[in-house]
Amino acid sequence: MGLYLFPPADDPGPDFVELLRRAHPGGNPAVSATPLAGVRQATTIAALRYTEGVVVAGDRRATEGPAIAHRSIEKVFPADRFSAVAIAGAAGPAIEMVRLFQVQLEHYEKVEGAALTLEGKANQLSQLVRDHLQMAMQGLGVVPLFAGWDTIRRTGRIFTYDLTGGRYEETDFHATGSGGRVAETAIKLGFREGLSRTEAVELAVQSLYEAADEDSATGGPDLVRGIYPIIATVDSTGFTRLEDAEVAERFAAILARRGQTPAGGDSR
Amino acid sequence: MTMPYYVAPEQVMKDRAEYAQKGIARGRALVAVAYADGILIVAENPSRTLHKVSEIYDRVAFAGVGKYNEFDQLRVAGIRHADTKGFAYSRDDVDARSLANLYAQYLGQVFTHEMKPLEVEILVAELSATGDHRLYHIAYDGTVVDEENWTVLGGEAEAIASRLEQAYDSAATLTGAVRSCVACLAGPDRTLGVDDLEVGVLEKSAGRRAFRRIERAELSGLVGG
Repeated sequence: MGLYLFPPADDPGPDFVELLRRAHPGGNPAVSATPLAGVRQATTIAALRYTEGVVVAGDRRATEGPAIAHRSIEKVFPADRFSAVAIAGAAGPAIEMVRLFQVQLEHYEKVEGAALTLEGKANQLSQLVRDHLQMAMQGLGVVPLFAGWDTIRRTGRIFTYDLTGGRYEETDFHATGSGGRVAETAIKLGFREGLSRTEAVELAVQSLYEAADEDSATGGPDLVRGIYPIIATVDSTGFTRLEDAEVAERFAAILARRGQTPAGGDSR
Repeated sequence: MTMPYYVAPEQVMKDRAEYAQKGIARGRALVAVAYADGILIVAENPSRTLHKVSEIYDRVAFAGVGKYNEFDQLRVAGIRHADTKGFAYSRDDVDARSLANLYAQYLGQVFTHEMKPLEVEILVAELSATGDHRLYHIAYDGTVVDEENWTVLGGEAEAIASRLEQAYDSAATLTGAVRSCVACLAGPDRTLGVDDLEVGVLEKSAGRRAFRRIERAELSGLVGG
């Protein structure tokens, strides 16, 4: 690690990814011809908008084929002060992508003396996903979910991606990963305009509960080990991760309700 | 017949040093002090947007005096070094000492090998996780000084340093430290207002990123109008 000085015409500017390319050229990893086995997968993540911000949620399970590979993996991260990124897909490259994304945003902020706009951050993540396309074609796809507080428009916004780096803005909510469809349906049924923070958190917890109920790769609340899904909010004060105790309380409320009136089709 | 062109190396070095010193002396000074809750850097700088004091990494700050384009290039190089190092190893592996050494090597190399030395003096400050402070003062020729509690960079450094030596108090609060730094920078014959100052701190109480810029509203409260 030296002191990186470039002539003006060749300067990477505030782009950390480009800086890494200059510092270590030709660093593309070897790609195997057959899809890799034994890769840990991160599963269900969800995000929804409320009046003063966005909620981002993710369960804690990683799977490797039919086995549970990890019980307390984290899939929701602060990208910077005013945004969050959640990951689904191949866990290894996904976590690496988040690390790079976090440095990329902070690097820009420090070099330029001002943070990127939310739109700018969303586009940066798009480029990282696109750069990952070759790995995605080997079955190591990463599908992030990006959400944050837009300091210019004064609203929460949610962006989703596909494997090609395609970036799509969602108006209200989105969920992805193996339990994503279930989680999204749960949110869809409870969503309305003008949700409060408490109601939005409640709905996020509910959606993960339903996803874990239907999808074996999604972890529910682990009461024995005290492991709970991660719920975070981003609003005008920034990124806040909810305390485990608070999340536990929400799940306890759901479990109590379910104990009294089992959901339809449940044979308990 | 032309005379062979020869200049004694002593003379070359002396000329370069003089040239760099002159350039630095033209600029306005800055002071850095360790106070009760961290490290405070106060610069005389009338610009709101062209900074002399900035963040390098979680617990490392940078300050420069002299030619703006030259020290700003060093600032960016420092951020690049710290971010690549933190990314490759871990955030806790980034420290001020290795960055100060890199700066020193670069400045020393330019001073001896290039036609024109850099007309800058820089400071790399670190507030370690345990709350210890480190202040590395690097001169235009690559000389590094590991300062104890405070340092002065830029024009009229000697006069300011003699004032600061009298006024320095390691147990000062932020308000006290800001006031004494501003008084030392200004000297007996001038007063410096909020618009003439740029202030940054590395705070022990902060989270991961310890650097914070003290903006105009807060600063006017601290200097007391």
